[in-house]
Amino acid sequence: MAVTDTSPPARSWYKRNEIAVTPWLFLAPAILFFLVYVLVPIYQSFSISLYNWDGLGEARYVGLENYVELFDDSAFEVSLWNNLKWLLLYLLAIPAGLFIALFLNQTVAGIRMYKSLFFFPFVISQVVVGLVFSWFYLPNEGLLNNIVTFFGFDPINVLGDPALATYGIIIAGLWPQTAYCMILYLTGLNAVDPEQVEAARLDGAKGWKMLWYVIIPQLKPATFIAFVVTIIGALRSFDLISIMTNGGPFGQTRVLSFYMFEKALSEYGFRMGYGAAIAVVLFLIMLCFIAYFLFSMWREEKEGR
Amino acid sequence: MFPRPIQTQPRAAQLTYSAVLPIALTLWLLPLIAVAIFSVKPAVDFTQGNYWGMPSSFEGLTNYGQVFFDSDMPRYLLNSVLITVPTVIGAVALSCMAGFALGIYKFRANLVIFFMFVAGNFVPFQILMVPVRDLTLDLGLYNTKTGLVLFHIAFQTGFCTLFMRNFIRALPFALIEAARVEGVAEWRIFWYVVLPLMKPAIAALSVLIFTFIWNDYFWAVVLTQGPESQPVTAGITSFNAQFRAAYHMMSAGSIVAALPPVAMFFAMQKHFIAGLTLGAVK
Repeated sequence: MAVTDTSPPARSWYKRNEIAVTPWLFLAPAILFFLVYVLVPIYQSFSISLYNWDGLGEARYVGLENYVELFDDSAFEVSLWNNLKWLLLYLLAIPAGLFIALFLNQTVAGIRMYKSLFFFPFVISQVVVGLVFSWFYLPNEGLLNNIVTFFGFDPINVLGDPALATYGIIIAGLWPQTAYCMILYLTGLNAVDPEQVEAARLDGAKGWKMLWYVIIPQLKPATFIAFVVTIIGALRSFDLISIMTNGGPFGQTRVLSFYMFEKALSEYGFRMGYGAAIAVVLFLIMLCFIAYFLFSMWREEKEGR
Repeated sequence: MFPRPIQTQPRAAQLTYSAVLPIALTLWLLPLIAVAIFSVKPAVDFTQGNYWGMPSSFEGLTNYGQVFFDSDMPRYLLNSVLITVPTVIGAVALSCMAGFALGIYKFRANLVIFFMFVAGNFVPFQILMVPVRDLTLDLGLYNTKTGLVLFHIAFQTGFCTLFMRNFIRALPFALIEAARVEGVAEWRIFWYVVLPLMKPAIAALSVLIFTFIWNDYFWAVVLTQGPESQPVTAGITSFNAQFRAAYHMMSAGSIVAALPPVAMFFAMQKHFIAGLTLGAVK
């Protein structure tokens, strides 16, 4: 009896509020996971950065000491500069990708296969890309130096030279990134309005002018995504550095993400607090970009309604 | 079409184009071609300094045989599969549901939650590293595949939800309204109306996440240690330590490690590109 008494109202409460309750039920698992593994850890990193902690023993509160130490840390400064190099040079992937996309945007026999093969580097893990490029750069036996000496120049030890190593790694990173941008632009070019192109052609536009005034504006969505993924890729760079130079020579190829890992988890000591402070700096740099990305997407959402 | 179709150009330009294409491709893939050749060379070629010439004999079978039968590589590969597949299933399942909630229902917190997922997806991993490693240790999941899988599911949910939500929003809303008028329960609408329509999105996302997770290196290094749970990206470094300076072996190992996502890409190219370029065109 009791069951029949209570269950109809309970059921109808759900029925009455079904539309309001259902989304939360569907969201619950995703939000839970995201909270536990993403949002809370961000907060925790901020708080750990105020402590001196080796990851095992007692954490000691030190206030902003870790951040003060960063100011005098020349390795941190090098990492920061390298991050800047990565950011700026990585952006070259966007025009390079556009260039290749334009080159491949034809309909000849076998072009689909060519497009996939050009995209190939992106699918391979960065670890393998790093290995491949470090063999390419080998001081004596590497293909690069075979080519260089063939033309009568002195061999160069790209990854062993503190001034060159970072650029060598960035070039390795540009390879898959360019492929990514290329595929974005190939899809974008597919969607370019042919009537506008024809109209512009009748008006006498061609070549660079056509590209600049007619095509590129229409590729704006593709450019936006390319920009987002390239910036993120540049700031996340870790795999290649770890594989190709492990931060060396003399720590000259470190970036923030790598230096942070080194400080917190490598044999140089487990300085969790200091590592977290570096991560916070990296996060704040990223936050400027995230804010911009979100703002752009937000605007789009508002227009979309 | 831009640039102007090559068919409308003079014959000379067409011939040049078809000649330049393979040359450009070869240059573009030169590093990979080199590794592929490395992997079938005998060891003696490297000791004699024949790095970039033709292989003096074809040792592909020996080299790859050694990778499969004389190293931890098969184990790493299996680990990678056992990490990647559950992650794909988990992340796709969670994001189908979250995407449904965010794409179909109008409620006040909708956009805020959506943007929370989007923002989380852009976050640099390093800010999560220390706490997530700590949490994994506390849960007793350090150096287990489960620990990696749980984290990957959580982190990938951000991107997947963005993807799914946008896909669901583009579906005709009239379908859902019609079902509601019929009095179909909301979860049944999800299961019988929306989910079947999401098949292409699920396919695209699965291939994409498979590649991302397979290629992950950072978290593999942070959360796992030994051959019993490390995926192949992390395993390749120990593999290379085992075969130090044996370039033919390291090349063969790298190719084996890189192959599954490549195979996935070529098998499901259309879906892969659809996933990757989401939002690149309106």
